[in-house]
Amino acid sequence: MNKEILGVLLTFGFSLLIAIPLGKTIARWLNGEKTIWNFMAPLERFIYKVCGINPAEEMTWQQHMKALLTINLIWFVYAFVLLISQGSLLLNPDGNPSQSPDLAFNTAISFLVNCNLQHYSGESGLTYLTQVFVIAFLQFVSAATGIAAVFVLFKALRDKVTDHLGNYWVFFTQSITRILLPISLVIATLLAFNGTPTSFEGKDSYLSLQGDTVQVARGPAAGMIAIKHLGTNGGGWFGVNSAHPLENPNYFTNTVELIAQVIVPIALVFAFGFYLKRRKLSTVIFAVMTLGFLSLLLPAMVSELGGNPAIEKLGIAQTTGAMEGKEQRFGPAISSYWSIVTTIISTGSVNSMHDSSMPLSGAMLLLGMMTNAFYGGCGVGILNFFIYLIIAVFISGLMVGRTPEFLGRKIEAREMKIASMIAILHPLLILAGTALSSWVLVHHPEADWAVKPGNWLNNPGAHGFSEMLYEYTSAAANNGSGFEGLGDNNLFWNISTGFVLILSRFLPIIGPIAIAGLLAKKKYIPESAGTLRSDSYTFGLMIFAVIVILAALAFFPALTLGPLAEYFSI
Amino acid sequence: MSKHRKKSYSLFDPALVNTALRQSFVKLNPQLMVKNPVMFTVEIGCFVMLLVVLYTAFTGDRSQGSLGYNLAVFIILLLTLLFANFAEAIAEARGKAQADSLRKTRQDTPAKLLTMLDGRIENQIELVSSSRLQLNDRFVCEAGDTIPMDGEIMEGIATIDESAITGESAPVIREAGGDKSSVTGGTKVLSDRIIVRVTTQPGETFLDKMISLVEGANRQKTPNEIALTILLASFTIVFIIVCVTLKPFADYAQTPVTIAAFISLFVCLIPTTIGGLLSAIGIAGMDRALRANVIAKSGKAVETAGDVDTLLLDKTGTITIGNRKATNFYAMDGVDEKTFIKIAALSSLADDTPEGKSIIELAGQIGVNMRREAEMEFIGFTAETRSSGVNLSDGTQIRKGAEDSIRSKVERAGNQFPKSVQNRVKSIAENGGTPLVVAANNTIKGVIELQDIIKPGMQDRFERLRKMGVKTVMVTGDNPLTAKYIANKAGVDDFIAEAKPEDKMNYIRQEQNKGKLVAMMGDGTNDAPALAQADVGVAMNSGTQAAKEAGNMVDLDNDPTKLIEVVEIGKQLLITRGTLTTFSIANDVAKYFAIVPALFIASIPSLQGLNIMNLKSPESAILSAIIFNAIIIPILIPLALRGVAYKPIGASALLRRNLLIYGMGGIIVPFIGIKLIDLLIGLFI
Repeated sequence: MNKEILGVLLTFGFSLLIAIPLGKTIARWLNGEKTIWNFMAPLERFIYKVCGINPAEEMTWQQHMKALLTINLIWFVYAFVLLISQGSLLLNPDGNPSQSPDLAFNTAISFLVNCNLQHYSGESGLTYLTQVFVIAFLQFVSAATGIAAVFVLFKALRDKVTDHLGNYWVFFTQSITRILLPISLVIATLLAFNGTPTSFEGKDSYLSLQGDTVQVARGPAAGMIAIKHLGTNGGGWFGVNSAHPLENPNYFTNTVELIAQVIVPIALVFAFGFYLKRRKLSTVIFAVMTLGFLSLLLPAMVSELGGNPAIEKLGIAQTTGAMEGKEQRFGPAISSYWSIVTTIISTGSVNSMHDSSMPLSGAMLLLGMMTNAFYGGCGVGILNFFIYLIIAVFISGLMVGRTPEFLGRKIEAREMKIASMIAILHPLLILAGTALSSWVLVHHPEADWAVKPGNWLNNPGAHGFSEMLYEYTSAAANNGSGFEGLGDNNLFWNISTGFVLILSRFLPIIGPIAIAGLLAKKKYIPESAGTLRSDSYTFGLMIFAVIVILAALAFFPALTLGPLAEYFSI
Repeated sequence: MSKHRKKSYSLFDPALVNTALRQSFVKLNPQLMVKNPVMFTVEIGCFVMLLVVLYTAFTGDRSQGSLGYNLAVFIILLLTLLFANFAEAIAEARGKAQADSLRKTRQDTPAKLLTMLDGRIENQIELVSSSRLQLNDRFVCEAGDTIPMDGEIMEGIATIDESAITGESAPVIREAGGDKSSVTGGTKVLSDRIIVRVTTQPGETFLDKMISLVEGANRQKTPNEIALTILLASFTIVFIIVCVTLKPFADYAQTPVTIAAFISLFVCLIPTTIGGLLSAIGIAGMDRALRANVIAKSGKAVETAGDVDTLLLDKTGTITIGNRKATNFYAMDGVDEKTFIKIAALSSLADDTPEGKSIIELAGQIGVNMRREAEMEFIGFTAETRSSGVNLSDGTQIRKGAEDSIRSKVERAGNQFPKSVQNRVKSIAENGGTPLVVAANNTIKGVIELQDIIKPGMQDRFERLRKMGVKTVMVTGDNPLTAKYIANKAGVDDFIAEAKPEDKMNYIRQEQNKGKLVAMMGDGTNDAPALAQADVGVAMNSGTQAAKEAGNMVDLDNDPTKLIEVVEIGKQLLITRGTLTTFSIANDVAKYFAIVPALFIASIPSLQGLNIMNLKSPESAILSAIIFNAIIIPILIPLALRGVAYKPIGASALLRRNLLIYGMGGIIVPFIGIKLIDLLIGLFI
């Protein structure tokens, strides 16, 4: 058991060891200083030339958002077309069929928005062509979209009285050439050497001891699994994601994948501080995020290591903890660490089945996605956190008797309006979605869809409710993990989660960027003794309180009917 | 500085409470209610409950709970609304009473109107009622008359008793032209005769404006209030979502939830406490300003005052006590000290300036008393000689004046200006004093030191301001050396020496360009542009009409230190709003734990584990939560009206303190309150 916990501590320690210097490098490159990435400059210049980008052109926040939305729309069309026609295209050795339009809609959106809610299994639902040129491609660009957006925020908060906020295309291109591509290469190599397949050949087969022929799906998976984690995407090559022995062969690859998914979000938090020359602010933000992380992790880990009380009542000893749905090669400690990490940042890859987690862990996983701001996804984590921060600034500004200001800019009605709308959006999408599905389930159980609503749920009662709640929460948090046990490949779920995905991706990017853009144009007020310092731990506590009360409490009734009811019942 | 205040009302003066109670019901009108989105949603909930009560009463259907229970919920919601209305009404009533007591000073008084013909003033006087006076009318006031209307003196000079407005009993002098030409309606002319031009339309005086602000008719929400309302509205929306979606959730869980329970959960979760007290807090802020005898032209002005970064303060009257005083006599080497003091006193016998008087006074304290004699010929101060003095009967010519004027006089007469005197003069100036050199028959006899006396307690006040992050700037006509010394001694952060009106203006612009908010006080027409430029401009009531128009507040006491008070009132207003918001939102934690288990416990008994307060029954849990939610409003009214205590301890420390008291308190108090109410209810059902 102790060895397991040591594994968790080392994993977190290594993540920081990589993330902090990476953050520093990102800040230096944004500042235009020379970094180790400069060897990529010729490639970047080539890309700018081919695409007709003028890297010196400065954009306003509106132009940034226009660029972001336009290019995302193009990618969506591209992905959708390939998915509905993949069956008759190249690189389909296993002869997998094309996706139905509603599934293709859901899949394209889901990967476009960095969510990766997979309503299919990779082995049968995609071809090698779409795996690589749709899925892996979108995993790169969607991560870069988020990172580029947060760079706009950085610039807006650093530069004073300006609407020149850098060039979107440059931010975007560099995110790929300098972070995602090189680091992915390293990870992919590590995975390949540990047994993750990289071949373009079709299914292999072997004769089992029982004498059955077993088909084994494979393909050029290592590269995609690298970016799936590095870009906090989470969509696996295989259906069961990183619980699959080829996707995540051993404890070492497990550690690599765990580290890979947190380094960019954490590095960006530190990059923020280095870039703005406010390292204390970064530290406070990191501390708040880590506090949130730990307050989710500890209950989950304790309840997983403690085993299932229902089994205990039967008089069966569980020396290994709760092992249902977990892989022997990982064990409950690192598996619960993984499941919390993958839900607080928006990865959503799994190495154990969340459906089988203890109820309290289930609640923690849901809370991780409901708050969606502890580290968070590539770039968007900080954007989400920024909204809570603005609200915290506003309330604490009032508490000390000053019109609230953040980094020398006043927070006024307009900023509050945007922040409030974005803060409302998340509970709205999750609760309204779950309400809709509950309503359909109760009132139209026999409706004529691919899967009858009455048959959606694998489990009745509270657990079934958690399955639906989880699905919408995962979609709204752009997380992509599934509670599983939900029959979700049908018109209702494909379409409804598809819309939740779009709304919960782009509005929470546009909102914070708009606030930052508005702030950047405002007068800069130098700090005085009366200014509330945003880099104090008191203020950090305030942000944490806002997150708990605003984000977590809104879900209290829903959690009560789901995991909490279950927790108190077993 | 200490002025007597207008009659102050106790928090719950019976007469005011009566008015407020009546108003609480009037304000139930949905058209008025809709301005406050949080309470408006409560009103809708309350109305729905009324329908449920009627339905239960007439159909006998008990699926929505017993009649008594539904009635109880309805009554508690109604009380919640009434409490919130009462908070606003009592704040208004207090503000109005305050304003009325000022307005009483301007009852109808007869005015001696000068009739005009074709724009020319006829010298005929017509007695009219003050209410008939129009803008630009002219009227005459003689000794004993009460001035009928605010105006500007066109002709004459008069002593005026302004005690009705300022509470200051010493009469003041007002005269045509210059910066002291303004008179206020309701004050009394004690001597002489003046002709006054009416400067405001009837019903549009500053006081009238302030009264309408307090009464709410014209009360515009301040930007900060708007931002807060947005936040509160969004909280409300989140909880609407929570409550609406709960219905399908409950259907799924096969738990019937009564309408009363839904509405109770909703009302408890939305920030009713701050929603109910918000406007009361704003009005109380204006009221506190009025209590300090400051008329604010808008609520925004008071709030901005709390936000000020830079304070421009006139040295004289604010930082120092009025005028300079003689503090030392320095006789020149070889001159007997007593003799010098005599000479100095003689030189000032006819000097009516405060400085001159202080010289006589100081000499008297030392025991040298000189008296005027008939043969003395007094030489007044002229701009040309820049010295004054006396020619004695024995022909001795005594002169005192600034160093350079006496020096040139002495040197012209062929005498030396001794080095030791020069040093003395320099050292006095370096210590912030003003040296006056005294010569007799063109030989230097010694130096008189005049010093500014810094008001007691000013250092502390500036220290408080510094901790709030407010920079203080002293404005003075003194030379930079003296200014620097006084600035250091008083503890201000910066100074403008040898200040001309345009210097003030430039300084304000400079600070504003740095993104700072600047407040200043002024009275003269010269000050008007700066008052207009400043974010908070407080004009003295004695000042010119132009100054009063330019500023956004008027100080009836003409007290230059008032600016500091105004800043504190503004800060207190913002803090009260912030802390009560935090308290209100933090309350939700306990309310969730009271109501959510109560909603589902019937169908999921294991949820008893969530009932951490161990409340008796679902009904009593819900009633306890909404009763707590209702009574916390009246409990907090005194706090809302008085304002949260403000401590200048720096922003982070203040946040820590308020977070601890109102944040932690907001989480803990309702747990205790709800449990207690539940125990009480348990006694009855």
